[in-house]
Amino acid sequence: MADIVFWIISALTVMSAAFVVLNNQLVYSAVALLFTLFGTAGLYVFLWADFIAGIQILVYVGGILVLVIFGIMLTNKIKSVRISHKSMQQGVGGVVIFWFFIFLFLALTKAPWAVTEAIEPVGTVRGIGILLLTDYLLPFEIISVLLLGALIGAAVLSRGDS
Amino acid sequence: MNSLESYLFISSMLFCLGLFGVITRRNAIAVLMGVELILNAANINFVAFSKFNGMNLDGHIFALLVIVLAAAEAAVALAIIINIYNNMNTVNIDDVSELKR
Amino acid sequence: MIENPMILFPLLILFLPLLSFVIVIFFGKNLPRQGDWVAVGSIVATFLLACYLFLQMLLNYDPDFSHGASFSWINLGEFKIDLGILVDNLTIVMLLIVTLVSSCTHIFSIAYMKGDIRYNRYFAYLGLFTFSMNGIVLADNLISMYMSWELVGVSSYLLIGHWFEKDSAANASKKAFLTNRVGDIGFFIGIMLLYSAVGAFAFSPIFESIAGGQAIAGTTLTIAGLGIFMGAVGKSSQFPLHIWLPDAMEGPTPVSALMHAATMVAAGVYMCVRLFPIFTPSALIVIAYIGAITAILAALIAVSQNDIKKVLAYSTVSQLGFMILAVGTGVYTAAFFHLLTHAMFKANLFYCSGSVIHSMHHALHKAHDHDTDPQDMRNMGGFKDKMPITYFSMLVSTLAIAGVPLFSGFLSKDAILAGTLSFAQHHPGHFLLPLFGFLAAALTAFYMFRLIFMTFHGKPNIKSIMKDIHESPKEMTGPIVLLGSLSFFIFYTLPKNFNPMKDKGWFTDLIVPRNSAVPGSLTANEIANYAHHAHYLAMGLSLVVASLGILLAYLIYQRKVISAKNISKRFGFFYDWSLNKFYFDENYNRYLYQPFLRLAHTISWLDWEFYDKYFINGFGRLTKLLSTISGKFDYSGIDQGFVDGFGRASNTVGKLLRNVQTGRLQNYLLFVVAGILVIIIAQAF
Repeated sequence: MADIVFWIISALTVMSAAFVVLNNQLVYSAVALLFTLFGTAGLYVFLWADFIAGIQILVYVGGILVLVIFGIMLTNKIKSVRISHKSMQQGVGGVVIFWFFIFLFLALTKAPWAVTEAIEPVGTVRGIGILLLTDYLLPFEIISVLLLGALIGAAVLSRGDS
Repeated sequence: MNSLESYLFISSMLFCLGLFGVITRRNAIAVLMGVELILNAANINFVAFSKFNGMNLDGHIFALLVIVLAAAEAAVALAIIINIYNNMNTVNIDDVSELKR
Repeated sequence: MIENPMILFPLLILFLPLLSFVIVIFFGKNLPRQGDWVAVGSIVATFLLACYLFLQMLLNYDPDFSHGASFSWINLGEFKIDLGILVDNLTIVMLLIVTLVSSCTHIFSIAYMKGDIRYNRYFAYLGLFTFSMNGIVLADNLISMYMSWELVGVSSYLLIGHWFEKDSAANASKKAFLTNRVGDIGFFIGIMLLYSAVGAFAFSPIFESIAGGQAIAGTTLTIAGLGIFMGAVGKSSQFPLHIWLPDAMEGPTPVSALMHAATMVAAGVYMCVRLFPIFTPSALIVIAYIGAITAILAALIAVSQNDIKKVLAYSTVSQLGFMILAVGTGVYTAAFFHLLTHAMFKANLFYCSGSVIHSMHHALHKAHDHDTDPQDMRNMGGFKDKMPITYFSMLVSTLAIAGVPLFSGFLSKDAILAGTLSFAQHHPGHFLLPLFGFLAAALTAFYMFRLIFMTFHGKPNIKSIMKDIHESPKEMTGPIVLLGSLSFFIFYTLPKNFNPMKDKGWFTDLIVPRNSAVPGSLTANEIANYAHHAHYLAMGLSLVVASLGILLAYLIYQRKVISAKNISKRFGFFYDWSLNKFYFDENYNRYLYQPFLRLAHTISWLDWEFYDKYFINGFGRLTKLLSTISGKFDYSGIDQGFVDGFGRASNTVGKLLRNVQTGRLQNYLLFVVAGILVIIIAQAF
C-alpha cells in the first residue's frame, strides 16, 4: 500500500516537473511547479522528514511560488491568461541532458551504497533544533545574516531609480 | 520499493528536468523555476542520504539551509529580473547580452 | 666600529671637512650666516682632533710610531686596489699644519670675505680643499694620494677663480689647473711604472721591493722617481712649472695663505718626503738642481716686484725650492722641518698682507679712488703706527723667513743649508748647489725687508688715505697673532732645548730620517753625520748672508743711502729680466703655446676640409643608400608579408572563434554540461 502511494507521488512529481519545463505557458508552469513541490513534500514524509516537509510547503509553496507568480505578473503586459514563451535549443539540449541522465542512472545503480538501517524517530523537530543551536550554530547565524542581506538587497534592487 | 536507489532515481530525474529547463527556457522566470527544481532534487538527495545513513539529521539541516538559500535566491533573482524588465523592457535572457556588443 | 683613536681621529679629520662641504654647498644659502659656522665649526673640530693626536705623539715620544688601516676597494682577481690611511709622526705633524692653517684661514675669511656674493660657496670650497689635502697627507698608497692630489687641484682651481667675473682670475685659475696637469701626467706615469714593476700601490710593498732590488732598479727606477717628482714640480710650483703660482694670487688672500703658501704647494714637498726612499741618487741630483734653480730664480724675481702679494708668491716659490733642494741633497727631514716653519710664517705673512690690502681697499674706497692699486707697495708706506699688530706680527715672520736667530726659519733654513754644504763637500762637482742656496738666502732677507720698509716704514706715499688706514677686525688679527707667535724658535725645540742656535727638539727627535730604499744609497746616518760636520760653517755663512741682505735693504729703502734707481739703471738689463720674471710666460707663449695652437689649427683644418668632407660624409652617403635599400626590403618584405601576415592570421582565427562566444548564457551552460559529459566519458572508458 505504502509502495503504491510512493510511486503515485513520485510519478506525480516527475510528470509535473516535466510539465513545468516543457510547457510554453508560464502560468501553467507555475501551477505545475506547485504540484512538484507538493510531491516533493510527500517524498519527505516517506523519508521520515516531517519538519522538512512542513517547511517545504510553507516556504516553497507559501513563499517562493507566490514570488514567482508575482514575478510573472509584474514582467508581462497581461492581455490574456496565456503568457507564452518560446524555448530554444531544445534538440541539442535534450540529447545532452538525456545522456547526462543515462550516466547519472548508471552511477546510482552501480554505486555500492553503504546503507545503515534505522528505526523511525518520533519526530525530527527536537533533534534539528538541538543541532541548529549546537553543532550548526555558526552556519545558522551566517544563513540568517545572508537572509537579511538578501532582504535588503532585493529591496534596494527593486526600488527603482529614485 | 522503498530503497535509496528509488529516491536517487527520482531526484536525478528532477535534476535533469531542472537542468533542461534552465538550458532551454527563454524567460528568466522559467529559468528560475528550473533552478528551483534542481534545488529540490538536491534536497531529496540530502534527506534520503540522511535517512539511509542511520537517521542522523545532518542532511535535514542541510536541506533546511538549502531551502533558506532558495528563498533568498528567489527574492534577489526576482528583484534583478524586475530591474532588467524596467530597464530593457524584456525578460528574455538571450536579449540581455549587452556585454557582447 | 673603529675603536683605536689613532685611526678613528684621522678618519674624522679627513671626512669632517667633506661633510661641511656637502652641507654648505647644498644648504648654505638657506642656513643662517650662509652656513659659515658649519665650515668653521667642523674645521676647528678637526684642528682639536689633530691637537689630540699631536699631544699623543709627544706623550709617546716614539720615532717609529706608525699605525695603518686599509680596506679593499677594487678586487678583480689579480688586480687589487686597497685604500687606506697611514698615521705616523710625519702624518700627524702635517695634519696639524693643515688643520691649524685651515682653521686660521676660515676665521680670517669670516671678516675678509664679508658680503661676498658667493660667501657660502667660498667656505664650501675651503672644506673641499681641506678634505683633499688631508687625503694626500693620510694616503698610504699612490692611488688615493693621486686622487686627493687631483681633488686639491680642482679645489685650487675653484678658489683661484672665486672672482671669476675678473678675466685675470678666470685665466689664472685655468693656468694653475693646466700647469698642474703637466706635472700630474708625469706623476701618473711614475705611478704606473712603479705599479707595473712592483704590482702594488701601497707605500710599504713598493719600498720593500725596491730595497730587494729585483723588481725595479737603475734607470727605470730613476725615470719612475723623476715622473713622480714631476707631480711635485707642478704642485709645488718648481722651475720650469713655477709660472702658475704668482698668477694664483688672483684668488682671495686667505686662500693664498692657505693653499699657495702653507699647504697645497707643500703637498709636493710632503710627497717627496713621504716617497723619499724611492729616489735613486741620479734622480736626487736632478731634484736638487731643480730646487736650487727655483730658489735662486724666484728670489731674483721677487727682488724687483712691486705688488705685495707677488713678492710673497715668488718668496714662496723660492722657499719651496729650498725644500726641494733639501730633498735632493738627502736631508729630507730638514725639508719637512722647513715646510712646517714655512707654513706658519708664510701663512702669517699672507694674512698680514691681506690685512694691509683689506685696509688699503677700504681707505681707497672711502677716498673714492678706484684707480690706485691697493696691492702696490709703492702706494703704501708708514703704516707702522696705524696697524701695530699687523706690523709686529709681520716683522716677526719676516725675521723668521730671513733666517735670523731666535726665530723658527733660522733653524730649518740652517739645516737645509748645512745639508747642501755637506753634499757639495762630498761631491765638489756640485758646488753650484750651496752657492745658489746661500745667494737665495741673502736675496730672501733682502726682498723681505724691502717689503717691510716699503710698506710700514718711511713716509706715506699717498697722504689722503692715511686717516682711513686702521687695524683690521679681531677675526683677522687673531690668526695673525697666533701664527706670528708660532714663528719663534721655542715652539720647535721644546721640551729639551732652549738654545736658539740648535735645532734639537721634539721635531728632530720624532721625525728621524730613514734610509733610502734604493740599494747603494748613503744611509741616513752618514748623511746626518756629514751635515753635522758642515753645521757650524753653514750657520756662520747663513748668518752673514742674512745680515748682508737686511743691511742692504736697510740702506737702500730706509736710509736711502744707496739709490734703488741708480742700481736698477746700472744693472738695467738684469733688472728688466727680473721685473719681467725672466720672460718665462712670454717665452712659453712664443715657443710652446703658439706653435701648439698653430698645430691645432692646421689639424683642425685638415680634419674639416678632408676628413670630414670626404671620409665622414662619404660614409654618411653610403649608409644612407644602404639604409634605403634595407628599408624597402624591410617594409615590403618583412613588414607586409611576415609581420602583417601574422596579424591577419590571428585576426581571421579570432573572427572564427568569436562565433563560439554567442553571448547567450544558456549556450554556455549547455557547453558546460556537454563538457562534463565528455569528462565522464573520458573517465569511464
